[in-house]
Amino acid sequence: MARVRTGVRAIGAVLAAVLGASLVGCSSTGGKRAEDARKAASAQGKAAVNTPRWKIAMITHSGDGDTFWDIVQSGAKQAAVKDNIDFLYSHSDQGQQQAQFVQAAIDQKVDGIVVTLAKPDAMKDVVAKAAKAGIPVITVNSGSEKSKDFGALTHIGQDETIAGEAVGEELNKRGRKKALCVLHEQGNVGHEQRCAGTKKAFKGDLQNLYVTGTNMPDVQSSIEAKLQADKSIDSVVTLGAPFADTAVKAKDSAGSSAEVDTFDLNAKVAAELKDGTLGFAVDQQPYLQGYEAVDLLWLYKYNGDVLGGGLPVLTGPQIITKDAAAELEEYTKRGTR
Amino acid sequence: MTATAPAPASTKDERLIHRSVLRKLLGRPELGSVVGAIAVFIFFSIVADSFLRASSLSTVLYAASTIGIMAVPVALLMIGGEFDLSAGVLVTTSALVSSMFSYQMTANVWVGVGVSLLTTLALGAFNGFMLTRTKLPSFIITLGTFLMLTGLNLGFTKLISGTVSTKSIADMEGFVSAKKVFASQLTVGPVDLKVTILWWFGLVALATWILLRTRFGNWIFAVGGEADAARAVGVPVYKTKIGLYMGVGFAAWISGQHLLFSFDVVQSGEGVGNELIYIIAAVIGGCLITGGYGSAIGSAVGAFIFGMTSKGIVYAEWNPDWFKFFLGAMLLLATLLNAWVRKRAEATA
Repeated sequence: MARVRTGVRAIGAVLAAVLGASLVGCSSTGGKRAEDARKAASAQGKAAVNTPRWKIAMITHSGDGDTFWDIVQSGAKQAAVKDNIDFLYSHSDQGQQQAQFVQAAIDQKVDGIVVTLAKPDAMKDVVAKAAKAGIPVITVNSGSEKSKDFGALTHIGQDETIAGEAVGEELNKRGRKKALCVLHEQGNVGHEQRCAGTKKAFKGDLQNLYVTGTNMPDVQSSIEAKLQADKSIDSVVTLGAPFADTAVKAKDSAGSSAEVDTFDLNAKVAAELKDGTLGFAVDQQPYLQGYEAVDLLWLYKYNGDVLGGGLPVLTGPQIITKDAAAELEEYTKRGTR
Repeated sequence: MTATAPAPASTKDERLIHRSVLRKLLGRPELGSVVGAIAVFIFFSIVADSFLRASSLSTVLYAASTIGIMAVPVALLMIGGEFDLSAGVLVTTSALVSSMFSYQMTANVWVGVGVSLLTTLALGAFNGFMLTRTKLPSFIITLGTFLMLTGLNLGFTKLISGTVSTKSIADMEGFVSAKKVFASQLTVGPVDLKVTILWWFGLVALATWILLRTRFGNWIFAVGGEADAARAVGVPVYKTKIGLYMGVGFAAWISGQHLLFSFDVVQSGEGVGNELIYIIAAVIGGCLITGGYGSAIGSAVGAFIFGMTSKGIVYAEWNPDWFKFFLGAMLLLATLLNAWVRKRAEATA
């Protein structure tokens, strides 16, 4: 036992040393302190209306720890605060699970449901059930073509094919000849549509490359390998913001001069757009998707309003280049763009 | 290590048999995988024009090193008769802890790096401790840890940073020097080699020395071969296993710091699924799933095969729709070849 106690004491001593060092070894740049100074500017509101406290559930097809859905959520929460709404969120990347969450929301007798239709077939029955139970449903992000058939009020999101086409046209404008479309999730319908849309509008040659999105070193070395294998590639398009910076690193180590462009936005992408490391980004404004969905459900409950006239309400594509990047950088840092 | 490797039946005392260099080589656990690696190498040299360029090989080596760093302790653990399913997310935990600690405390990033080392070692020790105390199979224990860590990674990151990825610490003190240690590039002649390759080779050398030249190495083979017999002759079985899990923690720390310092920000959902790749690399490299047999060099060859296959497919510019199929088929072939060569070797040794 004596030896065990010495061991515990040793660990304690090491811990104390590290904690001590952390107090001494402060960084004078960056970190939480810099962020706190920035945060003072960001606003947190109170309810602006006195409607009853309605309950709205949002159920998405997001996997764990996805930055994109984080921004959607923060938009939805902001609208919920303003509209005096009790906001519930759940997610699963398995279609069946997601359907069960929707069922749970129906069982809870919520006042509105926001749902994504990335796996439309799995969601069909349960969305119809919600409509039958008299719960208004708004679909967001993916599934614009199915939304109306399933009985949803409206769809808010980006048409992936149109977004892809916008990228293709932008690439044409920049005189690109051979592009690479980096898909970080094999089998994701939206990803395929983006690349297909780009291919359709792009006058040059577009190739797809599949990488494992949960393994950054693999993403980097795969793009690197592709650029080494084909020196004539002059632009790389990534489908998610976190992968843009990795593509830049891959491009540098492969000694390629290709331009890196991306779908979606984050703080890093905004900064790199600003300094010219990235060519352009196509934003579908996830914050708006969450915000509008909750706000429209409130408007529907309060005022019977519907937007879009049966057609999807598009939140993108918005092409962001160097000019707008500086302004957006601040918003991305606080997690709303 | 030959002490516990399955020896062929012989009428004479096996210690007196004279063995030629070739025979000795044939008895090595990694032999099959070396042959497999050569076969994969020749294959891609033929089908992919750009595969043989120096810059391409450095890319392949980088891909192999990020797997290989973790495959070394995972192989040792497997020789010791245990599994670790939490190894993949542990890497992400390592990166998250050091990033968030530095950021939240506004501390020099080296402080975070130190805290991260303590955390991963503690988590490794936790796995080992739970395993030896509860006597439950390592599959269950580490599956539990895997799930808990996945949840903690996400929960803590969200709780602390408010988003699911960490904030960038690239502008903080100590970042530049830490990046040099964990994520720099070395220019050797015309090519840039990532520093992870050095870490990888270093770990393989260290593990090989431990396995073949130290008492602890003998203990590892002993507890993996027959734990009860090992305990009977005085091998500290529990300590050995806890040590092996802490070894996984140590490598996860290196790997995680590489992740952090090469990509600045870490997404909390990463790493899931990688644990299987490490195990695959160890198995391709000649480790027996049942324990007691294998080598650290083998795990490196296994990682190299994996790196060559996954990048070779890109160099060969095959239709990407079939990527996963090619990957699976190549791995299966490499492993079969490996098993076949080993059988031949054992039959003639």
